[in-house]
Amino acid sequence: MQVNDLLNHTSEWLKGTGPNSDIVISSRIRLARNLSKFPFPHWASKTQLEGVLNEIKTVVSQVDMLKSSTLFMLGDMDSIDKQFLVERHLMSIEHAQKTEKKALLVDDEEIISVMINEEDHLRIQLMQSGFNLFEARGIVNRLDDALAKLLDYAYLDDFGYLTACPTNTGTGMRGSVMLHLPALVMSRQIERVLAAVAKLSFTTRGLYGEGTQASGNFFQISNQVSLGHGEEEIIENINSLIRQIIEQETQARQILLSKNREILEDRINRSFGILKSARIISSQETIELLSMVRLGSDLGMVKDIDRRTINELFIITQPAHLQKIENKKLSSDERDLKRAELIRKKLNLL
Amino acid sequence: MLCDICGKNPATVHLTEILDEQMNELHLCEDCARTKSSAMEQQFGLSDLLAGMVDFEQPNKDEGSAAVKCPNCNLTYADFKKIGRLGCGQCYNVFRKYLAPLLKRIHGSSQHVGKSPLKTETISGSGVTKRKTDLQELKDRLVKAIEQEAFEEAARLRDQIKKIEDNKARED
Repeated sequence: MQVNDLLNHTSEWLKGTGPNSDIVISSRIRLARNLSKFPFPHWASKTQLEGVLNEIKTVVSQVDMLKSSTLFMLGDMDSIDKQFLVERHLMSIEHAQKTEKKALLVDDEEIISVMINEEDHLRIQLMQSGFNLFEARGIVNRLDDALAKLLDYAYLDDFGYLTACPTNTGTGMRGSVMLHLPALVMSRQIERVLAAVAKLSFTTRGLYGEGTQASGNFFQISNQVSLGHGEEEIIENINSLIRQIIEQETQARQILLSKNREILEDRINRSFGILKSARIISSQETIELLSMVRLGSDLGMVKDIDRRTINELFIITQPAHLQKIENKKLSSDERDLKRAELIRKKLNLL
Repeated sequence: MLCDICGKNPATVHLTEILDEQMNELHLCEDCARTKSSAMEQQFGLSDLLAGMVDFEQPNKDEGSAAVKCPNCNLTYADFKKIGRLGCGQCYNVFRKYLAPLLKRIHGSSQHVGKSPLKTETISGSGVTKRKTDLQELKDRLVKAIEQEAFEEAARLRDQIKKIEDNKARED
């Protein structure tokens, strides 16, 4: 598989299927693992990083679940390709920087991705569409067991899986759920909800993970604590928190519908109208307007567009995706033009 | 609505900032928001936060801690305090005394209760895999710990094995 092959493929997490997919975009489980005989990546020499990479490469071919996967060497890739992989949520922004001896393993379905030599030797990630943490955990657990048979993980009985940063020690597991919460934002209840989330030791992040701002009403919520609780318990905790947030968003949507229907319809249709006719549009504005259209589609106000198309538009209008589609480097102004053109084409074809 | 900082561009990012229990709403343009968020990151980098927590745990009573060095990767405790990252798996053994309270502050616990990378072995011919017993697993780890000269960990494992064996003897 080449990076370009991904262009014509819809990532699993964008399919807009799975439980509660009106509010939950995707569920993700990430495991941090390290090999016991090498220093952690930030403290390792080039030769040692190479050693990690070689050891993992040897093992990959022996794991059935990774049979149909591709290894990308990030040091050999140009910046657009790297950003493209970040935009598809296959790797972190951090992984795209200082790329020497860093690699990314992606399976054909874009469900499994493994970052090699990021903050830890292995960051094993599993993405599912909709509210599906338990299934994601089941798959990633099987992969982890298969790898553990072949690799010697850094582990201690009392501290669990050992990671470069002590905030990940223990299970090394982070479960995240990407939520679309426009009604809670519009009804100004989101601060209250996020404050409660923080109090319960969960983190909220933006669309692109650590260090990114929430935009377009998207929020990524994940567990902060990884030590002292078992994996199932951690997931059950996130699950029950997310269930409550879904409940609150659903209620907020119902209230908006019954009390402010005209205003809501106006905002949604204006957003759709701008997207269908704009000639210049930034990625930030695109995300905000698409968020409204997605809400419209969830509420049955916008009928002639499905969730999958909206989800796809979120990704293909991102800077690196646009440049891959156009197959050339574009300035920010050029992108705004091309983005508007692409959106018009997609929406007016419907 | 115009950006609160530059007053020129339209505000597209809306931030709620809590300072000294005072809540401020900020409406910023994309550029000012980016500057502000990187300024915030510089002020409150994760490693600073961690280092702060480390200091909190060791209020000068352990003057020698900074010089403690991991024999496997040469990271000193002072390095860890500076960068907020450990150097290798062995560091957890070497700095155990200081790390346990820190982990407790971060996670509310310093005892792992989740899964472990138990190696499975195939019973020859049957195609069935079974997990090694806890005891066998501990013994394997003891051997490894001694090989790696992780004597504190080895002593702990030795005690654990002895306890299990004593219990077994009593049951038998």
